[in-house]
Amino acid sequence: MSGTFVGMPAFPKAAHEAVHDDTLRGNLRHATHTIRDKRARAVDELADFALLREAGKQIKDHTLRHLDRYLVQLEESVTAAGGTVHWAADADEANRIVADLVKATGQSEVVKVKSMATQEIGLNEALEAEGIAAYETDLAELIVQLGHDRPSHILVPAIHRNRGEIRDIFAREMGSWGRPAPDGLADSPAELAEAARLHLREKFLRAKVGISGANFMVAETGTLVVLESEGNGRMCLTLPETLISVVGIEKIVPTWRDLEVFLQTLPRSSTAERMNPYTTTWTGTTDGDGPTTFHLVLLDNGRTDTLADTVGRQALRCIRCSACLNVCPVYERAGGHAYGSVYPGPIGAILSPQLRGTASEIDASLPYASSLCGACYDVCPVAIDIPEVLVHLRERVVQGGEVTSGGAKVRLKPAKGHAAERAAMRAAGWAFARPAALRAGQRFASRTRRLHPRKLPGPGKAWSASRELPKVPAESFRDWWQRTNGGTTGKSPNSGTSGKGGAAK
Amino acid sequence: MSSRDLILGRVRQALVDVPGDEATYEQAVSRDYLRVHGSLSTAETVDLLAENLADYRAIVHRSDPGGLPALLARLLGARGEPGARRVLVPPGLPAHWLDAADATPVPDEAGHTAHELDEVDSVVTGCAVAIAETGTLVLDGSPDQGRRRITLIPDHHICVVRVPDQVVSSVPEALERLDPARPLTWISGPSATSDIELDRVEGVHGPRTLEVVLLSEG
Repeated sequence: MSGTFVGMPAFPKAAHEAVHDDTLRGNLRHATHTIRDKRARAVDELADFALLREAGKQIKDHTLRHLDRYLVQLEESVTAAGGTVHWAADADEANRIVADLVKATGQSEVVKVKSMATQEIGLNEALEAEGIAAYETDLAELIVQLGHDRPSHILVPAIHRNRGEIRDIFAREMGSWGRPAPDGLADSPAELAEAARLHLREKFLRAKVGISGANFMVAETGTLVVLESEGNGRMCLTLPETLISVVGIEKIVPTWRDLEVFLQTLPRSSTAERMNPYTTTWTGTTDGDGPTTFHLVLLDNGRTDTLADTVGRQALRCIRCSACLNVCPVYERAGGHAYGSVYPGPIGAILSPQLRGTASEIDASLPYASSLCGACYDVCPVAIDIPEVLVHLRERVVQGGEVTSGGAKVRLKPAKGHAAERAAMRAAGWAFARPAALRAGQRFASRTRRLHPRKLPGPGKAWSASRELPKVPAESFRDWWQRTNGGTTGKSPNSGTSGKGGAAK
Repeated sequence: MSSRDLILGRVRQALVDVPGDEATYEQAVSRDYLRVHGSLSTAETVDLLAENLADYRAIVHRSDPGGLPALLARLLGARGEPGARRVLVPPGLPAHWLDAADATPVPDEAGHTAHELDEVDSVVTGCAVAIAETGTLVLDGSPDQGRRRITLIPDHHICVVRVPDQVVSSVPEALERLDPARPLTWISGPSATSDIELDRVEGVHGPRTLEVVLLSEG
């Protein structure tokens, strides 16, 4: 994935630093609370939202389970409509294909509509290395690009910036990329948007090559669909002579009709609108209207490995709405950068370690970047059970096991740094399999309960630093059950309360 | 091996657990969600369209064929101090619509550069379908709507919707009427951004002003 994020510290360290940034926390809190309230209202407007969610899940699941068939069908339809299809197994190959296509046009600059897939593969950096300037045209992406920053949210990449910071970035940087910001630029969103309009318009009007992603690809018709708000998408998709779309292979839906589900659930889940201001669909090329050359680059880059995991593959249903980020208590405080990936928040915590594997420290830590509260699952418009996948990936990190990597089955070693956890789990497993040992251990613990420390020593220290250690009861439940015949006779050994109450403490 | 074969091979390998006799697409997807939300009369559906368009800060007008030229003349005349001077028109727009307007019609031509289109003040088009529940206009490149770029570059777009013929209630009804082979543009309100502190601002790159005329027959 993107080179921008290589060398990021593991989530706990990055998050620890982020939560001490008051501006960041303030910006995030304001933004996530605004959008989550709006989303709830937009979703409540549709009485059948739960049924649409289920249909969306079923469409995506069916497509993923027969992905080979739909990929081939899509290729045929796009080709028949006048497009050219390319296949890219990984980020390097995709970047090479795009760079070669741009070079073949003789151009040295391209305009881009915001795309998660091209961020994932680090396309801008790869093009720069080939002497091609890639201009981001979404307002938030422009803020990120001009600020030499990284995106921190799927939908609003500059969510971590407030208007004052944005004003400073525009005033400082616009001049070195093209039309400078107007003198005396103030920090009202309207003035900032106007500055971006003027700055980008000169790029749009001369652009010969546009690069996009897509929200959906329709296998039956070969249609690509992009949803956006500002019109920068329409500019990139319709003004250039050549359009190159880089799209993950999981973005397929089988039929035109399937869009009726997602065009209802995506805008409401994402920007909390009944419909986003602009949606563009194109099927190959059209004479006299829009680009005369269209290339579709189908991207794998870890998706087939994810598909091979029968629990984790549901992450590929994701339609990148970002509803899960906005409700996540962890994201709200830690921010997007702490996730070390272009996919932050709960979906990032399950997608990144699957696309990239769990070998790096950051990827091994991501399944733990959650309180497992389940709010992300509740709002997901395609019902991805993110907590289920998180727990599944935690198990993989701690215990290792067989996974698919680069299309081959490999045996993953347990990750470092989980020795205490593994030892504790092994000990627990051993004890639970041996009732006599368990009973002896419990009785010993009960008898020595007044001597127990309040904090754990050694590797348990970090765990008990932020938690109270549970108090060991005077009598184990098993002993109590046996002594009182299931609570029908007898009292607690050292209190006046009922046996049940005493043992439950 | 080509990357195509490599990827398709990996996909097939990844899906070995999927039984060969799995439910077909038709069986696998339950379509028990609603086709339309609520049961509104035709007039109420048009009212809902007007309400949802206005909610997204489009400016809604109503007219009939007799009053349309005067209305368009008034809307174009109200643009800035001298009014809209140059108005882009798609090839199939009824010519008499602009009879009363004090502006020069600029027919869209393939030879126009994007810079030339940037010089016009306004564009007037028809529409393919309008969706009441979402306040959405869909243009499909028909002769009265023209190429996608002509409704993108000018700062002012007037879209004339024939009611009730071109109005549907819902997204599913709209998709049914549309031809996926055509280049489609769905428009819900003017261009907008919420990228700065989630404060909505109209007009970043597309037209900052969208006016919709609901044109009833006679």
